[in-house]
Amino acid sequence: MRKDQTLGEYLHAQGVSRRGFLKFCSAIASLMALPPSAVSQVAEALAVARRPSVIWLSFQECTGCTESLTRSHAPTVESLIFDAISLDYHHTLQAAAGEGAEAARMAAMQESPGEYLLVVEGSIPIGNPGYSTIAGMSNVDMLMETAANAAAIIAVGTCASFGGIPHASPNPTGAVPVSEIVSNKPIINISGCPPIPVVITGVLAHYLTFGTIPDLDALGRPLAFFGQNIHDRCYRRPFYERGQFAHTFDDEGARKGWCLYELGCKGPTTYNACATLKWNEGTSFPIGSGHGCLGCSEPNFWDKGSFYTPISAGLWGSREALIGAAAAGAALGIGSALAARASKKKAQAEEEAKSS
Amino acid sequence: MTLLDFARGPALQWSLIILVIGVMWRIAGALLIMAKKDLSKPRRKTAVRDGLTTIATRSLPEHQFEKKIRLQHYSGYTWHITLFISVLFFAPHILFFESILGFGWPHLPNDVILVTAAIALAILLALVIRRASHPVQRLISNADDYISVVVVIVPLVTGILASAHIGARYETLLAIHLLTVEALFVWFPFGKLMHAALTFPSRFQAGAAFGRKGVKA
Repeated sequence: MRKDQTLGEYLHAQGVSRRGFLKFCSAIASLMALPPSAVSQVAEALAVARRPSVIWLSFQECTGCTESLTRSHAPTVESLIFDAISLDYHHTLQAAAGEGAEAARMAAMQESPGEYLLVVEGSIPIGNPGYSTIAGMSNVDMLMETAANAAAIIAVGTCASFGGIPHASPNPTGAVPVSEIVSNKPIINISGCPPIPVVITGVLAHYLTFGTIPDLDALGRPLAFFGQNIHDRCYRRPFYERGQFAHTFDDEGARKGWCLYELGCKGPTTYNACATLKWNEGTSFPIGSGHGCLGCSEPNFWDKGSFYTPISAGLWGSREALIGAAAAGAALGIGSALAARASKKKAQAEEEAKSS
Repeated sequence: MTLLDFARGPALQWSLIILVIGVMWRIAGALLIMAKKDLSKPRRKTAVRDGLTTIATRSLPEHQFEKKIRLQHYSGYTWHITLFISVLFFAPHILFFESILGFGWPHLPNDVILVTAAIALAILLALVIRRASHPVQRLISNADDYISVVVVIVPLVTGILASAHIGARYETLLAIHLLTVEALFVWFPFGKLMHAALTFPSRFQAGAAFGRKGVKA
């Protein structure tokens, strides 16, 4: 795609029909909780949108977020939209390497200061910045340098949004999310391990359409996608209400598709669009495949006890502590009873002494 | 640490420790006081039977003031039964107990629990209003009675809200529900809620003691 080409021209050149394009616009408008009347506005805005420059920085991550996006069924309109942005720097995907790659990043920053989007994948080690460097530059320095003139930052994945797995206890690298380093730029957290591809493209489409970032929740995530918990949207919810649960992964309840709450499903406390958008062209999502939600789009999901501990179960120390408490309580009771007896005897003796 | 993590972790652990210490302290103290040797010759040697009989007779709704206390009597029974069902047969509760005790038991559908919890809440509210408005009951009530009612009502309300996802995000409601239950745990050994552990033993002890003296309890 040429830089002066509009998105509409590019999609038309790629063979995307007007009908297919409008269908995508309707889906995006619906996902972003916009009224039906906004569909034409979305379509008009997207059709004439110029490709924004995007710099994608990969720090402490597994590349799962990039994989999520690039391995989605192609070619979809979402992926074409993603292709239509000017991805000027992405060291996993770009052909250039070494100094050439870094030169591409610098060029993108200088060509459109204050206008490019910065996408960050992975957490940033600040305990010892040497744990993760790119072209000899620490992640934190590269982030600060690139964020300085960015229009907005999209933290893709739970690592960039909340620290993710690198941030898990004992956090050996001192990993932190983007929001703990950059405070003077709008940051959109698209959490998930990995995030849903259409959520990434949905946020990009919103930016292309309105030139603003979407409404966010308290954790900086787009409300349109993270506004409701998975439990409330889960197709297994009726089984929860009826008290029909799978007790193991291969029992009758599991085979019948009953609720996975007892197996540690974190759906009730996890906010994401998995249950509605699903994965692989809407084929399924973890619960649909028979495994409980891990809560991967929530902060510190790795440190909240076992994935297989139900939410209502305590995350407490040990039974030994309670046994010790029982022993201490019994000792206290015996001690106080003995003290009461001694006190009573003493009072009786004093009374007798007085009367005699 | 989120509010829910706090409620499920340290708050739960410390409230349970306080609960266990308090209950053991009360029970061990009561047992030791009872352990005083009785030197009198027993009139009857049926202490155990008398104790068990007294548990039954004092629990049955046969009472010389039956007509006057009918409402209180049956509402009390209904309240306790619906509370026990709500607490002991709700699947998430059983998972909570299982995490502490190491074993679980069958549960009832959530809708059934919602109904029993609503009945328990309605009865308790009605009884506490009656307690506060009835001249005699008000006279014999103290702060302990009202605190004990409040620490039971609040978990019922927060539990219903959490179950129905009303008023706030689920994790917030669940955390508040757990914290209110933990407040109940902390208060339990030190107030009248301790009757849950002492009612039947004390009835047994009274029956056994009266039986020994040849008196019908």
